[in-house]
Order: sequence, then structure tokens, then C-alpha cells
Amino acid sequence: MKDNPYQPWLATIDDIREEVGGVRPIKTFRLTFQDKNIQKNFTYLPGQCTMISLLGQGECFFAISSSPTKKDYIEVSVMKLGKVTTALHECEPGDVVGVRGPYGNNFDVDGWQGKNLVFIGGGIGQAPLRSLINYVVDNRKKYGKLDVIYGARSSKDLSYKQEFAELEKRKDVDVHLSIDVAEDGWKKFVDFVPNNLLKVKPSPKNSIAITCGPPIMIKFVIQNLEKLGFTDDQIFTTLEMRMKCGIGKCGRCNIGNLYVCKDGPVFSYQQLKNIQGER
Amino acid sequence: MEKFVLPKDKLTAFINEISKKYKVFAPVENKDVISFKQIKKPSEINLGFSNSKVPPKELMFGQTETLFKFTPGTKGKIDPAEIPDKKTVIFGIRPCDAKSYAILDHVFKDEYEDPYYLTKRNNTVLVGLSCTQPAVNCFCTSLDDSPASAKHVDILLTDIGDNYFVEVNSDKGKQLTKTMKTLLKPATEGDGKKKKTVEKKAAETITRAQKTDGIVDKLDDIFENSFWKNIAMRCLGCGTCTYLCPTCHCFDIQDETTLTKGARIRVWDNCMHAEYTLQASGYNPRPERTNRVRNRVYHKYNYYPKNYDIIACVGCGRCIDNCPVDIDIIDVVTSAGEVKA
Repeated sequence: MKDNPYQPWLATIDDIREEVGGVRPIKTFRLTFQDKNIQKNFTYLPGQCTMISLLGQGECFFAISSSPTKKDYIEVSVMKLGKVTTALHECEPGDVVGVRGPYGNNFDVDGWQGKNLVFIGGGIGQAPLRSLINYVVDNRKKYGKLDVIYGARSSKDLSYKQEFAELEKRKDVDVHLSIDVAEDGWKKFVDFVPNNLLKVKPSPKNSIAITCGPPIMIKFVIQNLEKLGFTDDQIFTTLEMRMKCGIGKCGRCNIGNLYVCKDGPVFSYQQLKNIQGER
Repeated sequence: MEKFVLPKDKLTAFINEISKKYKVFAPVENKDVISFKQIKKPSEINLGFSNSKVPPKELMFGQTETLFKFTPGTKGKIDPAEIPDKKTVIFGIRPCDAKSYAILDHVFKDEYEDPYYLTKRNNTVLVGLSCTQPAVNCFCTSLDDSPASAKHVDILLTDIGDNYFVEVNSDKGKQLTKTMKTLLKPATEGDGKKKKTVEKKAAETITRAQKTDGIVDKLDDIFENSFWKNIAMRCLGCGTCTYLCPTCHCFDIQDETTLTKGARIRVWDNCMHAEYTLQASGYNPRPERTNRVRNRVYHKYNYYPKNYDIIACVGCGRCIDNCPVDIDIIDVVTSAGEVKA
């Protein structure tokens, strides 16, 4: 019998960064496994997920928001929303959580080598994209042109501000930030993310577009990508569902015959068009 | 396959012999309800039943199971899981319920092995009992099975008059019968014929039939059809069908704690409840009963066959017997096959 997949490893919260404040705050938690061997063997790729638990509160499934090129820790970015995420937001550095995984499939970082990549994110949806962007930037020579399009409701709602500031300094990455409503002092794009995409107007030639964010944003991003000439197999997104086991057994995260936890969370638009099922 | 006969008056000795090495679960009657319970002596067993009210699924996949214990809190720690591994016999299981384990094996073995289910499964010997009097809503014969099939048990007993016809179908079964040579006599050709007659008669007793030919493709074509709304209008969403289904495997995982002790437990869940898929944001991908009723039928007759090449229904009829509004899976599937896409 292999390892017990339900039994988490213990990890310590080393650092907590507040990404967004307000009524639906987002924090990024940096975790290191107590067992050094687990830390070494916990290998993952961008897009994969992890089940994080607080002992006594329960478990939640999160995209890993750190890049696998950073081997000393993993990070998850969590919006305070339900029971477990509220309890997580009350944690302090030094606190202990349970970690299982990594779970699910990943962005095809090998297959996309040599291609231009367009990342289109909104709000907390940036978490899996952050893992991918940092991975690609750490392997910069392997990829073509990089366009990072990211927006939120207001400047206060933008996550990873420090990292975007660093990214904007680079000459080999084009960053296009936006907010939905104008603010004093905001000189960048104002309007919804799908419209920023039309303004940036990336070429579909030899390109892959990856979009993560609220469902309504994804819907219009895909419409606009199609207007720009992107085909269904050039568009990728991640899905989320309520989950309990993370390993395709508890039953609830299915879309048709696929389980988002195990067969996803990364899907091409071509795949999604052919899956019949509620999501 | 080894074939024997066991004289009926030796059944008690047979079970006593098993009890020496195995924990024995068998059909027991309590207030007119038959269910599988651990027995201390053979006289507790009641074999005069068509099938148990609740399937013996819980013996492999408990309604409530502790995954592991822990010390709660943000400085807590986890105790290693304790998984029961006692040698067990389920005596008197019907061929349909034995098949349900073969169906559940796919989920619990798939990619990530489930140690709780598989440890019990590997340590359990199924001593089945052929159905000689199928119940009114039985339809195993529509699903490539027979009331006297030895396919999914280790040993099958069939009542052929003065004797039980005993088919030993696996190494586990051989291991169990190894020490019983004084009780078991080699079967004659005539005994084998008697078994076939009993099997044929039992199969003929089954009057209900479900049409499943081409059902996977058919369901692909009628996902959006109003047919599902009409079926769901009657459904109360009580979930009785899920709790009594031998192949339903959905579960929830919860932490239960006192101030100093905690346990992560899993409990059967129910896809008929709206909360099942309700997300923390308030969004629910299956908000209507139509979504949920359809998902349950598709899970068994479309998704499961696509993933594991087998329909996730054994034809036991429990969901039909116990539905408070008479939703009938035989009719639902058969008439789904006749819907014009």
C-alpha cells in the first residue's frame, strides 16, 4: 500500500503577506514542511493545487501560487471567504498547517516552449497565473514574447503589487495593469480586463493565452481572444469547484465524467467546449 | 473453480469453522429489518431474506470513518492513521452487492489508492449466497449479472435442496475452505445441474427489465432535454436513494474536535442536497433539483461507464423500493433511451 493520501504533512507558516485588504481580503502564506525530505520531494508544476488544512477547522483546495523554481517553500494565496479561509487569515507566522498534494494537472510549460504567452488575470484568479508567470520568467530564454494582463476593481484590489513592480522593470516582459473604475493618480488602463486585452491586442501567431479570474471575466476574455484570432486550442483556463478529497473519490467536483481536482484544474477551451456538465 | 456440496445440516459447523479465524458479518434480523451485523454465533443468522434493507457497503466504506486523530489548533500534531486490518468474512452477501464492491474498487483504487477501503477489502472474504427468490424490483439480469453469479464472490453457496452447492472462485476462497474438507464433499455433475436449474428459475422470477443498450451515447444526446426536469419535479431531494445505493461513494470530510482532541472523519454525503456543491462564494454549479437528479443518473449510466467501462448500478432495486415518491430507475433509464433527442 502506498502512502495514505488523506494524511497531511505538517508545515509551518513562515511568512504572511497581505495582498488585498477590505471586506474580502487576500493573504499569501509561505509554508515550509517540517520534514526536510518532504520539502525536497514535494515537486510540482505551475497550475497544480494543494489541500491545506487547519487541524480542527477542515481542509480547502488551493492553487499553488509560488513557482516550482523556488524550492525552499510553497505559497498559497487565499481570499477570506468561508470557515477554513477565515481561520487561515487569523493565523500568524509560526503556526502549523497540514498540507497534502500536489494535485491535479498543470500548465503545459514544456509544450509551450518557444511560444509567445499571454496571461490574462483578474482578482484572486491571478494565483495560479503567478506560479506560471514566475516559472516562465525564471526560464525566460525558453519562451517567446510575454504579455501579462492583470486587473482588479480598484488599485487597492490588485494582488502581488511588489512583484508586478519588479516585473514592470524588466524589458523582456510587457505588463499591462488595469482597474475597473478611474482613480486619482492611476495613469494606466481603466476599464474591465477583457477590454484591456483588446487594447493590448496580442497576436495569435505562435501564441498561447492563459486566463484565470471570475467566470464573467473569463467569458468575455475568451470572446475577445476569438475576436483577435485565437483558436480554441490556444486558450487555456483553470476551473474551481467545491472539493473534499482532492483525489477523485468524494464525487462533488465533477464536470461531466471529469473531476476538476484530478483531471483539471487546467483545461483548454477546446476541451471545455466538448464537456457536457454543470460548472 | 472448485465445486463442492455442503449438507445443510453442516452449515453451522461451516460457520463455526470460519469464526475461528475470521470476524464474521452476516444477515441478522432486527425488528423485521435485515442488515449485515457482526455475529457471535451462527444461530443469529437469518437466511430467509431476499436482500438486506441497507447494502453491506458500509463494511468496506463506513458511513462514518475516522481518517486519523490529531491535536487541534495551530500548534497541533497528527497521529498516524489506525486502519483496521482484521480478517473478515461477509457471509450471505448477495451476488449483486458483491458486484457493487467490484464497481467501487475502480474509484478507490484509481490513481490514489484509498487505504481505508482497500485494507478492509483485501482482508475480507466474500461468502455469497445465491438469490433464489429475487424481490419485486430486482433487475440484476439487465446489468449483465445473475442472481446466482459467483463472479464477484470468493465462495458462492446456492441452495439446491438438501445441500448447498459451493463454488470456490478465488485464492481467498481456497484458503478459507482448505480446513473444511470434512464438511465439504466434491460436487457431482448432477449437483452442478441442480445449481443451473435453481439459477435459471431465479432469473425467470425477475420480471422487471431495464434497457441499457447504447445508454451512454443516448445520454450524451439528451443532456439538455426537458425529460430531466419532468423526472426531477417529483423528487423531494431526500437522498434516500444515495444512502441505500450499494455503489454511491460520495463522501464529505469533516473535523470533529473537543478542546484537546480532534479527529478528521469522513461521512457518506448526498449529491441530492444543494449544499453538496455549494461554494464558499455562494455560487452553486448544480443549484436546481434537475441538475442534481440528472447528475446522479449520469454518474451511474454515463460518467462511470466512460471512466471505468462499467455501469455503476447492480440492479438491487433498493432505490426503487424506498423512494418516497416512486421514482423508478428502471423506468427513468429505459424511457431516457426512448426520448427523441
